[in-house]
Amino acid sequence: MALSRLNCFSSRSANLLKTLSSAISLRRPISTDTTPIIVETSVPFTSHQCEAPSRSVETNPKELLTFFRDMALMRRMEIAADSLYKAKLIRGFCHLYDGQEAVAVGMEAAITKKDCIITAYRDHCTFVARGGTLLEVFAELMGRQAGCSRGKGGSMHFYKKDSNFYGGHGIVGAQVPLGCGLAFAQKYSKDENVSFALYGDGAANQGQLFEALNISALWDLPAILVCENNHYGMGTAEWRAAKSPAYYKRGDYVPGLKVDGMDALAVKQACKFAKEHALKNGPIILEMDTYRYHGHSMSDPGSTYRTRDEISGVRQERDPIERIRKLILSHDLATEKDLKDIEKEVRKEVDDAIAQAKESPMPEPSELFTNVYVKGLGVESFGADRKEVRATLP
Amino acid sequence: MQLQPKLIALQLLHLRNPALGEGLEEEMERDPRVCVMGEDVGHYGGSYKVTKGLATKFGDLRVLDTPIAENSFTGMGIGAAMTGLRPVVEGMNMGFLLLAFNQISNNCGMLHYTSGGQFTIPIVIRGPGGVGRQLGAEHSQRLESYFQSIPGIQMVACSTPYNAKGLMKAAIRSENPVILFEHVLLYNLKERIPDEDYICNLEEAELVRPGEDITILTYSRMRYHVMQAAKTLVNKGYDPEVIDIRSLKPFDLYTIGNSVKKTHRVLIVEECMRTGGIGASLTAAITENFHDYLDAPVMCLSSQDVPTPYAGTLEEWTVVQPAQIVTAVEQLCQ
Repeated sequence: MALSRLNCFSSRSANLLKTLSSAISLRRPISTDTTPIIVETSVPFTSHQCEAPSRSVETNPKELLTFFRDMALMRRMEIAADSLYKAKLIRGFCHLYDGQEAVAVGMEAAITKKDCIITAYRDHCTFVARGGTLLEVFAELMGRQAGCSRGKGGSMHFYKKDSNFYGGHGIVGAQVPLGCGLAFAQKYSKDENVSFALYGDGAANQGQLFEALNISALWDLPAILVCENNHYGMGTAEWRAAKSPAYYKRGDYVPGLKVDGMDALAVKQACKFAKEHALKNGPIILEMDTYRYHGHSMSDPGSTYRTRDEISGVRQERDPIERIRKLILSHDLATEKDLKDIEKEVRKEVDDAIAQAKESPMPEPSELFTNVYVKGLGVESFGADRKEVRATLP
Repeated sequence: MQLQPKLIALQLLHLRNPALGEGLEEEMERDPRVCVMGEDVGHYGGSYKVTKGLATKFGDLRVLDTPIAENSFTGMGIGAAMTGLRPVVEGMNMGFLLLAFNQISNNCGMLHYTSGGQFTIPIVIRGPGGVGRQLGAEHSQRLESYFQSIPGIQMVACSTPYNAKGLMKAAIRSENPVILFEHVLLYNLKERIPDEDYICNLEEAELVRPGEDITILTYSRMRYHVMQAAKTLVNKGYDPEVIDIRSLKPFDLYTIGNSVKKTHRVLIVEECMRTGGIGASLTAAITENFHDYLDAPVMCLSSQDVPTPYAGTLEEWTVVQPAQIVTAVEQLCQ
């Protein structure tokens, strides 16, 4: 279904070129090839109170291969986290993102690191997309010093300040007002960047969302609310929790766009559109129609409220990595073997990171009391008892 | 240093609450990152006139009128603080901030810790609380007790124009989230305050009246009831030492401890509820740390554990009155 400039070559000459180039090994490395390719999204966008962007997305071989690699990395990372959890190296809550990788990857492709992203507790892959390393992920999950939050946050509290990733929040919906606050700060500093506040279909029913949306629309803030609709709020299907599951329409006076969240290119197009819109006209809602293969968290088998057939059906028909794989293969951007090699590479990277993370020590006992208050005030928290009094402020 | 006190009455010509408003204005001039958000703080000037005139001076982007949505605008203030802005969030009445409890507890207090130190939240959350004049149960709440256990926040209570301005400025300059408790009945106080820039230490208690017989610890409005009782006590021959603790979290155990070591008797007078209030925590802290110095058990006079009634007489009996303080001191000093 793809319109491709490469198709203007006949398949015979393409094959000839390939044979020639592999023979002479002067083949241009695909990973730096930025020849534009136009691809159509799986489904057209549905819009509310705005004009939907075009279904034709411009991409290039480099981007597609980056998508493939990044999503394969995320997928592998989440599956490895699953095994680590079962081996009791990760404790507590662990919410996995496999199936939803296209949202993280597509969004990143449309924006810069100066734009802010804030999300809820299903944050491992968003953190990696923002530039977090695998070591930081696994070390934090295992509660070690090398973790991104020094082992004190855990799975639900990943943050990366230097790439404007604001976490990582455990309470459903509480991150949306924070995200609008980020947008407010951007408007205050007049820096032409936007904030993406991600939440799920469960959080879409939180009142604070509408409060924040009202304020954002009132003050014209560059806030983009992204509903990652994986159709289940833990064990409750969306039709049992929401009278109107058209989350992109819930903004009423705020425009909305419904996007196929399993198609990284559609996500990219939508985010690009949303960024332009938000900078000119204020908030917009994006609803990403996506799916999670795992249960809500590692304590949830994920099969008591949905059938295994449904899960495997989605995996077969809509898997984001498979879509990109098919796209790459149909455009002859790489061979099956190349892609398998990438997957092997990625697997090794993940395994290495886990091994390295396991070497990282647990936090020192003194870490219990650091970062409760900002240092420099002379306040170390040992409860209400404090024996020293002097502190000077700037 | 020559102090040039200015008369607050002149400021009252602006019909704005001078000390707090001045503190805010000076900080907003000093640092462009300071902004104010709350209900009716801008065009209306604030329901207690604390922010009057600020919107005209600094504009709508720095003095923001929010809709009635405490949970989200507190959350937005915290989100903005994460990027480096220094918002001052006003709860029109402290009691309304219960709606924002999740944001204050989880995001405001904990983000510095859970992010491993990456984010600081230099936010100030302020507003009037306490029992007023027949405002009814829901508008007469004391939230110090609910917030005191939240790790990562600081709590201060102002009681005079001098310390109100000083604490406001210190709270804005602090890198930690600070909750500043004001009192509805203390907004009309008059006092001469210095012209110069000054701040009050956030963790320090204030010695109001030195004495030898007994240490009376108090804060906010009860300070005035204590001072009234002190007059009676002095006439009866007692010499109470009165300390306004000001810092509700963390307690200034240094100043308090020195006083206890001198007088050996402690009376806490507070407006907080009896159960789980500031007085309860303070009693525990003093007993734990200064047990050897006490000649009598720590006595704590708090508000009754009831919703504040509307009827004037009943409301009076909910809070501690000077007569009760006098009786308590006489009892302790037997």
